[in-house]
Amino acid sequence: MAHRWKNDMTPADVTPKSLFLNRRQLIAGTAGLGAIAMAGGAQAQDAMTPNTLEEITTYNNFYEFGTGKSDPANNAEAMVIDPWTVTVDGLVDNPGDYSLADLTEGLTIEERIYRFRCVEAWSMVVPWQGFELADLLAKVGVQGDAKYVAFETVVQPENMPGVRSRVIDFPYVEGLRLDEAMHPLTMMATGLYGAPLPKQSGAPLRLVVPWKYGFKSIKSIVKISLVAEQPEATWNNINPREYGFYSNVNPGVDHPRWSQATERRIGGGLFASRQDTLMFNGYDEVASLYDGMDLSKEF
Amino acid sequence: MSAATTINGGLRRVPAWPLYILGAGYMVWEFWQALNGLGPYGVEPINVLEREYGEIALILLIAGLTVTPLRTWTGVNLIKFRRAIGLLAFFYVLAHFLVFTVLDVQTIGRVVTEVIKRPYVTVGFLGFLALIPLAVTSNNWSIRRIGPVRWRRLHKLTYPAALLGALHYIWLVKGWPLEPFLYMGAVIALLVLRLNWTKIRAILIPSRQQTNS
Ligand code: HEM
Repeated sequence: MAHRWKNDMTPADVTPKSLFLNRRQLIAGTAGLGAIAMAGGAQAQDAMTPNTLEEITTYNNFYEFGTGKSDPANNAEAMVIDPWTVTVDGLVDNPGDYSLADLTEGLTIEERIYRFRCVEAWSMVVPWQGFELADLLAKVGVQGDAKYVAFETVVQPENMPGVRSRVIDFPYVEGLRLDEAMHPLTMMATGLYGAPLPKQSGAPLRLVVPWKYGFKSIKSIVKISLVAEQPEATWNNINPREYGFYSNVNPGVDHPRWSQATERRIGGGLFASRQDTLMFNGYDEVASLYDGMDLSKEF
Repeated sequence: MSAATTINGGLRRVPAWPLYILGAGYMVWEFWQALNGLGPYGVEPINVLEREYGEIALILLIAGLTVTPLRTWTGVNLIKFRRAIGLLAFFYVLAHFLVFTVLDVQTIGRVVTEVIKRPYVTVGFLGFLALIPLAVTSNNWSIRRIGPVRWRRLHKLTYPAALLGALHYIWLVKGWPLEPFLYMGAVIALLVLRLNWTKIRAILIPSRQQTNS
């Protein structure tokens, strides 16, 4: 059932291609005058204007390609995404190895302009294209005792320098509780700015959960499993004190090493001011999923 | 004539002052690139600049620590450049701290909170504090006033400063990248090279010396 959620940002908010390609140059031009950049602060970006394609695709975390923010943009080209097979298994009626075309067949692609908040206290606004995860789950048939959805990222050591240097354990894995996965906000993205997903953004298929820190939105998915127990999640495994399984955006729960109360919108230049982080990244409609939970403990 | 003597002879004609110009010029060049989103600065210049200044500061601290072991073990004497290296290290830490304060965290209240609450920032801050008296006394007048012995003792603060800087780096990264450990390894190696090995051997193996006598 697509279209269950309506953008508070509309397709009209997506800057025409010529503009989003040029804004960077414009900023660079004026920034040379220093004083103007200073006065401009966050370049008067309003909360709804999507970041430029350049911003979205040159500042990424995708440790398979290295830990630097520009490593994914520099190295992801080597990843092979065609053919692409997604294994669906576990507590489902229609398990199997699906080609991307088979998996997405019949699902409605829509545009969603979402805020994106990284656990590192920076944020963007991203115009995704994709479908609701709930629709995909309906298609594969979730069985009654499934409680969680587990996801896995592709591993191609020969094409992924970060995997070879083993900075963290691969494959990268993530998971959602089933009700989170079924929420109409939760989507599987296949496109960005009207074009197929760039590789550094998680081509050809990635999760997008806008009320959680970005690392939950796992990229380049090759496996989806319906399971009964809470699945493993990479950062949660590495450091459970710093990265909870839920990892909902929460200005009241600091990362032990930095504050989560504020964030910096990417694209504001050297003098960008911080803005307040919103509970659930501003997506209050998910609050009821966590009724009765102490989110400062189950973070 | 040994290689070290030749090198030292050549270095005699190289003045130290261009290091200040190079160091300051590079700092401005980095800032200018960050301002214009050039080179490595891309779309999020603040964090990149903060890290850039921090990394250069650590490299300079390590460079300063190599001067003495290099002289002890190879005879190559870079001592006349050491003040410039040390002062530049301090100014890069200062710039690093200013980027953190003014551009990144932005309010005094938050700076205080971060310094108190985040151990890796606390550690960096202690390193910064340790460098302040060194920077203030890095001039001939101070050496005369304090006296060379006490001055040298005071300037041993570079050891904890470098250790704290490297620890700060290890503490702030996610996952297990190699660089921070390489820096820490370099600091530890350079400190170990300073130990008085004859004395240590005497303490560790006293019996052997007795039987030898
Ligand atoms: C001896 C003094 C210091 C040294 C040698 C030092 C060195 C470094 C280095 C090497 C990095 C990482 C660079 C990289 O990733 O390439 C860094 C990052 C950082 N330092 Fe320092 N630092 C010092 C003092 C301070 C002080 C006084 C503060 C703030 C009060 C501070 C705050 C930070 C922050 C916030 C980061 C970046 C963390 C991030 O990117 O998330 N440092 N520093």
